[in-house]
Amino acid sequence: MTKYIVKRILLMFLTLFIIMTMCFVLVKLLPLPAVREMGKDINLVLAKREKMGYNKPIMVQYYLFWKNIILDWDWGVGEQMYEGYSVWSVMMQKLPYTVLVNLYSILFAIPLGLGFGIYAALKKNKWQDHAVSTLVMVFISVPSYVYAFVIQYFLCFRLGWFPLQLESLSSAGSLFSWKMFRSMIPALLSLGFGTVAGLTRYTRAELSEVLTGDYMLLARTKGLTKAQAISRHALRNAMVVILPMIIGEFIGILGGSLIIENIFGIPGVGNLYINSINVRDYNFFMAMSVFYTFIGLASGIVNDISYGLIDPRIRMGSKK
Amino acid sequence: MMSERDMKNIPAEMFEFTRRDEKIHDEKIQTKAIGYFMDAWLRFRRNKSAVVAFTLIVILVLFALIVPFVSHYDVTFREGYYGTMLPRSSLFAPLGFWDGGKRSVENQESYEYLKSIGVETGRPVIMREYDAYTDSAGLTYHTVRVDAYQRVGYAYINLTESEYDALKAYQDATGTQVIYPLPATHSTGYLLGNGGANFWYKLKNEAHTTTGGAVLDENGDFIPNYLTSDNPEKAGYTSLKIAGDDGGADGDAWYVYAQKNQSGYKVRVDYYEYFRYVNGQYPSFLFGTNAYGQDIFTCLAAGARLSFLLAITISLINYFIGSIYGAIEGYYGGAVDMVMERISDVLADVPFMVVATLFQLHLAEKVGVLPSLLFAFVLTGWVGMAARVRMQFYRFKGQEYVLAARTLGAGDRRLIFKHIFPNSLGTIITGSVLAIPGVIFSESMLSYLHIINLETSSLTSIGTMLSSGQGYLSTYPHIILFPALFISILEISFNLFGNGLRDAFNPSLRGADE
Repeated sequence: MTKYIVKRILLMFLTLFIIMTMCFVLVKLLPLPAVREMGKDINLVLAKREKMGYNKPIMVQYYLFWKNIILDWDWGVGEQMYEGYSVWSVMMQKLPYTVLVNLYSILFAIPLGLGFGIYAALKKNKWQDHAVSTLVMVFISVPSYVYAFVIQYFLCFRLGWFPLQLESLSSAGSLFSWKMFRSMIPALLSLGFGTVAGLTRYTRAELSEVLTGDYMLLARTKGLTKAQAISRHALRNAMVVILPMIIGEFIGILGGSLIIENIFGIPGVGNLYINSINVRDYNFFMAMSVFYTFIGLASGIVNDISYGLIDPRIRMGSKK
Repeated sequence: MMSERDMKNIPAEMFEFTRRDEKIHDEKIQTKAIGYFMDAWLRFRRNKSAVVAFTLIVILVLFALIVPFVSHYDVTFREGYYGTMLPRSSLFAPLGFWDGGKRSVENQESYEYLKSIGVETGRPVIMREYDAYTDSAGLTYHTVRVDAYQRVGYAYINLTESEYDALKAYQDATGTQVIYPLPATHSTGYLLGNGGANFWYKLKNEAHTTTGGAVLDENGDFIPNYLTSDNPEKAGYTSLKIAGDDGGADGDAWYVYAQKNQSGYKVRVDYYEYFRYVNGQYPSFLFGTNAYGQDIFTCLAAGARLSFLLAITISLINYFIGSIYGAIEGYYGGAVDMVMERISDVLADVPFMVVATLFQLHLAEKVGVLPSLLFAFVLTGWVGMAARVRMQFYRFKGQEYVLAARTLGAGDRRLIFKHIFPNSLGTIITGSVLAIPGVIFSESMLSYLHIINLETSSLTSIGTMLSSGQGYLSTYPHIILFPALFISILEISFNLFGNGLRDAFNPSLRGADE
């Protein structure tokens, strides 16, 4: 198992390295945008460019790029936005918003998704199951931004329950204040629908398969009530597959949703990424791309490894 | 009795030939053979939701294809005065809904304003009055249903001399009045009224930013307040006139219908009629218009065409690349598979956003926005397809019938394409269909976030339409409603249809939903 984990992690870094290199070369081949004259930190940016060797060949720049990251954890400074500020510090400043919104949404989505999934599996092929499955199909297919519009229009505008956009930190006081949480609710609802539907579908499929196992029959024959048999045997076995998915979701919260952040004005990493693309700030773009690639890779690995950890019978990476 | 007989030595005469005059062969199969696709079709047909979904998809495709032929407008159509028009269907309008009307509460001043437009044009702006109340401060509020198309009223436009004459000739030919006399009020500071063009009546407060309401005569009617001139040459109007304009007969007042300026004439037109003069029919937008005055019905069809075209092209390209790549991987296995699998692994792990952006930055200017988006989708899109095909090849390449074919001397190419590949057809078709909603969603998301800009004069996408409506979500939700509804139905239908296909091609996976 340890060997497998190490192998996977090394492979992950190799992939990350290749993607970073490709990304770096492609970005460097683009014409370099001029530093905007407006900022007072223009000299800082120019000095930084000098240090990062912008006028030297790409190979040298590539070397400096890695040197800066490995030695100083320096991802460069903002050139077209947040001029002069370190890219990494701006990202870290934005991350809490994204993490918080997505964390809340997962926390409310998991119990609902599991609940609906279990209910549908227990009522398999009855009308309740069909109703849940149909809704799941609808909610999984409808794009998340459509929920966002519906929620924004009805809950925020017509009923006035929530503010249209996220409160700013200064007006809400703190990231964890009630006012802030309240303004996050529309966003986390829009994010949650899809997660609930996905989890429901997954749970239902897994649990209904487990329920047909022979050991379930044995459990009932030896005298367990239906509830006992389900909670002690069926659910546990179904969890082997469901739990890794949930864990994978937790890694995914770092990435958040680009479009939901845009609609509700959440100043998170997703919004930062979109802005960096729109204003052509390549330092931000590079760092954020690496960030998103890393998250994608990491959630894949965690997902795979957790299979093995939760159920030792599953030997990941073994020949058979 | 039988046992007593000597079974070992049965005499030859006890045997007799049977069916000597018949040819003996297997019985011919009476029913028609059911092939792979027929079998799948029979199963698919029984899946009601998939059939419904397929019908919906056909309807949406037909919508996208037929609309350009039936619509009165095209994608390039923009009409600023008819921006944010509400949806109106001439079929339902008499029934009191889908009629371009909206319930609103107006104060006395704007109530009079709306009413006055209706009085002058003869087409009521206020479709229905619900109630009115006076608050403690003595201000009266009216709850009314306002016709969005009629409230536009009048507008000042500049015409060259020939255009002016053509318009006058049109008036005389059809008997509909388009040009109305200029009002005497010139203040453009009002919040209402197309630069003052709609204030043809006497106002209490002529010079300020609020009109102060209308001055009414003893019957409660508006008092006309047109610009007059004592010089008939200056008025010089030979076409239709408004009722009551007798051409300065009662002394010195000629209504002024046009003012000469550098380029021609400044005239005040009934915009509803003027629209008909320009476009051939009265304004009526089935799905309303957005803030730029684009017809949502037409744009939606154009966006849908773009989405379908993009998604189907990408799906087909991915189908080809993916199946060839996957076939080679799966068939040869070993080191070839290892290397190729690593390459596709790396590609699969690149976030789509990064690919789309980099392609956009590098290629958009050289080959255009759409081709570069296409490349971005293809670069990573085929990986999933290749994995599916590879899986099928691993399943089938070791089977006895393949071995038999090989023993009989079949070459690699024959084995791949004739014997193994057909087994993965069902999976690939299902995968291609299920990939379509993903492409459409990604495209709409990217254009919504302005990462790709598909908005040109003759091109639009659903994402662009959504983002153009976002600022008007609270006031004019219909701008977002139709594209959002369209894409939701599209996504649901494609998913249901794809699932139906998968169940049909591969019944053992039925209900697995993954």
